[in-house]
Amino acid sequence: MSESTYRIQGATGEWEVVIGLEVHAQVTSNAKLFSGASTAFGAEPNTQVSLVDAAMPGMLPVPNRECIRQAVRTGMAIEAQINKWSRFDRKNYFYADLPQGYQISQLYHPIVGEGALHIEADEKAGIPQDKTIGIERIHVEQDAGKLMHDQHPTMSYVDLNRTGIALMEIVSKPDMRSPAEAGAYVRKLRSILRYVGSCDGNMEEGSMRADVNVSVRKPGEEFGTRTETKNVNSVRFVMQVIEYEANRQVDVLENGGTVDQETRLFDPGTGTTRTMRSKEDAHDYRYFPDPDLLPLELDDSFIEECRASLPELPDAKRARYENELGLTPYNARELTAEVETFGRFETLLAAAAAKIGKPEAKVATQVANWALSVAPGVVKSLGDEANMANATAERQASILAMQDKGEISGGQAKEIYEIVLKEGGEPEAIADERGLKQVSDTGAIEAKIDEIIAANEDKVAEYRGGKEKLFGFFVGQTMKAMQGKANPAVVNQLLKAKLDN
Amino acid sequence: MTDFTNLGVKEIRDGVAGGDFTAREVAESFNAAVAAAAELNAFIVTTPDHALAAADATDAKRAKGEDLGKMGGVPIGMKDLFATKGVQTTAASHILEGFKPEYESTVSQKLWDAGAGMLGKLNLDQFAMGSSNETSYFGNVNSPWKKDGTNAAMSPGGSSGGSSSAVAARIAPAATGTDTGGSIRQPAAFTGICGIKPTYGRCSRWGVVAFASSLDQAGPMARSVEDCAIMLEAMAGFDPKDATSLQMDVPDWETALSSDLKGKKVGIPKEYRMEGTDQAILDSWEQGKAMLRDAGAEIVDVSLPHTKYALPAYYIIAPAEASSNLARYDGVRYGLRVLPEGAGLQDMYAATRAAGFGDEVKRRVLIGTYVLSAGFYDAYYTQAQKIRTLVAQDFEKAFATCDVILAPTTPTASFPLGSLNEDPLTMYLNDVFAVPASLAGLPAMSVPAMVNSDGLPLGLQLVGKPFDEQGVLNAGLAIQQRAGFDAQPEKWW
Repeated sequence: MSESTYRIQGATGEWEVVIGLEVHAQVTSNAKLFSGASTAFGAEPNTQVSLVDAAMPGMLPVPNRECIRQAVRTGMAIEAQINKWSRFDRKNYFYADLPQGYQISQLYHPIVGEGALHIEADEKAGIPQDKTIGIERIHVEQDAGKLMHDQHPTMSYVDLNRTGIALMEIVSKPDMRSPAEAGAYVRKLRSILRYVGSCDGNMEEGSMRADVNVSVRKPGEEFGTRTETKNVNSVRFVMQVIEYEANRQVDVLENGGTVDQETRLFDPGTGTTRTMRSKEDAHDYRYFPDPDLLPLELDDSFIEECRASLPELPDAKRARYENELGLTPYNARELTAEVETFGRFETLLAAAAAKIGKPEAKVATQVANWALSVAPGVVKSLGDEANMANATAERQASILAMQDKGEISGGQAKEIYEIVLKEGGEPEAIADERGLKQVSDTGAIEAKIDEIIAANEDKVAEYRGGKEKLFGFFVGQTMKAMQGKANPAVVNQLLKAKLDN
Repeated sequence: MTDFTNLGVKEIRDGVAGGDFTAREVAESFNAAVAAAAELNAFIVTTPDHALAAADATDAKRAKGEDLGKMGGVPIGMKDLFATKGVQTTAASHILEGFKPEYESTVSQKLWDAGAGMLGKLNLDQFAMGSSNETSYFGNVNSPWKKDGTNAAMSPGGSSGGSSSAVAARIAPAATGTDTGGSIRQPAAFTGICGIKPTYGRCSRWGVVAFASSLDQAGPMARSVEDCAIMLEAMAGFDPKDATSLQMDVPDWETALSSDLKGKKVGIPKEYRMEGTDQAILDSWEQGKAMLRDAGAEIVDVSLPHTKYALPAYYIIAPAEASSNLARYDGVRYGLRVLPEGAGLQDMYAATRAAGFGDEVKRRVLIGTYVLSAGFYDAYYTQAQKIRTLVAQDFEKAFATCDVILAPTTPTASFPLGSLNEDPLTMYLNDVFAVPASLAGLPAMSVPAMVNSDGLPLGLQLVGKPFDEQGVLNAGLAIQQRAGFDAQPEKWW
């Protein structure tokens, strides 16, 4: 494993940070893990609560097949072992957001075993080389409800809408060594989940949150005592927690103290963490197999169906973009990072290839440049004036096709796209009506060239005498005379023919 | 008004269907008997209107020539562990006093769909924890039986003591019970009636207040094997709302009833010959063997070597599950809430549960919490689960050489209320013969065999292979026909 060079500089020397993450990802499913209640976000409090969620007497959990399926597909996407036999356990504790008095989870026999996630080198971010982060397990469990403390002067209100929603807890090995690696891990995991469609990855709505385990050690020594900071809900915060915790722990150790194994809370306002509960106050969760549920046994056809339904995943897609489409590693990485980005790119690529009449691989670089740099530049320059509803793949493909055929220049392509975004309309018509086309008419260009040659006999003589650099001057003059609308390739060709005669 | 209260399920169903009498007459008769039997304290609430409405519906169907259902016109008692929509459901606990569910349990709904009506909600040991019906918040149930020559109040058994008392006293022709470690069979034996716990998973647990989920099974209690067969058919069946429900068709047990046991082998487990078992019980066991031999069966010895570990294992597994199942009674959403002045959340939990749960419930929650605790889990819970597997394997091996097992239901006859209160371990021993079949999830039944020298009924237990309720019922029928048990408690209430 390539090791990070990230170090905390302490008074006694360098310290290495060891990081493990437990990411809770809400499973995309219309119904909760063990009840038929809806999972839509943002509903009125307590409107999405079944009798099972409210833990009414005699109510029983029944596993939701879709949630299990999504967990299995996610496991496959991180190259993990799928356990055909798993079991649900009860984690017992009392809290007002937990109606049953226990959370149904999987301690002893998780549905997904060991897997791996690859993060890419990113010099700028401080990741010198590609790195593989081990995944310990994924298990499925119920989410808890939400307490509202600001609704009543002396009481707390309970909203059970979230109670019982399925979560995947994705537990990494303590393989990360810097905030940057942890950030890259969370981003990559989020990307995979969104590719697979098993979690929407929306960290603001709490669909993804991380428990951050941090310890420090002198390089080469045994792992130190770790702290766990709960419920961190953005990549930036995850990195902040690590930075703060690592430095705090180094301070504690260098001042002769010991790090307490404890649960901590992150305060985004101050960027600091504080003790939530110490090991002494730790709950005894009294885990035991849930007797309301039989062990979960997956048959081969179910597993095959899950495998067959997996889309092309980020790493494979990136490799294909580089190897088959001939894109640069940078472009390939940018385009495959997000589901939306590659989705738009692939739609545009297909449309452009069809319009141009060439295989996708032949036009991919042009389309990628358009999608990553040209088009976003135009959008950005327009600001609020851009109506993105006008930016259909068909219209963009038409612009690219005209450009490919030499009908319009790069500048004209941008101009046309600007008009499309502001006003709508079809690019071909815009080009025609507004004169935004290059002139490839050799007659018109030749006439101008003749005039320029006639007016610059001295320069022609110099050129013909060996001062070839002057060719650019003639191109510039011709383009100027054509008001920038001449096809540069045609201008080049005609100029060459005339000057070299 | 004709008195119909001596009639059983089959007689009522057939009489109503045949037009001999109306369902309403029957319901009125039982409603009156229930009202007159308050001293038994068998019911926590009575629902005469429910019984009448169901009866009227049955009579109306008959007038239209429609099918009346398996239980058409039969009013029954419903153990107060089954959630009944709009009718108080308490599990005999203060913590649920006043709780009226918005839903109906699968089993009770199936019974209403089959044409049965509800006389009321039957008393029980609190959360089904007890063997004498003395742990109910709503007072103990009295058995209709008295020990000859005494007037002491006797235990109807537990936890389905309201059910056993009501059926034995003929204030209900039948009742639902639930059996976690003998809670149908032991009270049936104590009161001279029949009761069957089917294979685990036959009856849906949805809407039944949970005690120990891996053991809880509903079943019928009635005065004949036939009546149990009929009612079990109405109660059983796959329920997608219960993940442990058996995905199997319900056999036509009633039609297939046969007391001809030719070619059947009846196993006698030698380990059930335990110290402390009454001589009369041992005698009844011998008589049972003779009766089954007379019915054509061959009697064979079998061994269930882990029997003596079953009860201790049960008293780890059941409380462990209960400690978790009962966590939901916290005063937050329904039932009792005790909120002392200035109390926080944890104080509210403690105050609510302290006031809401009875002593036996607290005892078991404490035991269960202890055995699941870090550091004790492997020594207790894991070991108990291993024993559970061994007990089940014992039965598997025994059933390689026999079709059904005959054993006593209980080590003693009923005892006076209060006599074992100070001695929970002796109380727990009452279920020593019942618990192994529960741990193994097997169908098991108690049928009345005889009365002892004190005039108290004794029951015999039949344990069958998984899913073989028919074999259990048939052997039970053979005993019923030969025992000729017709003793009745003398009415004192």
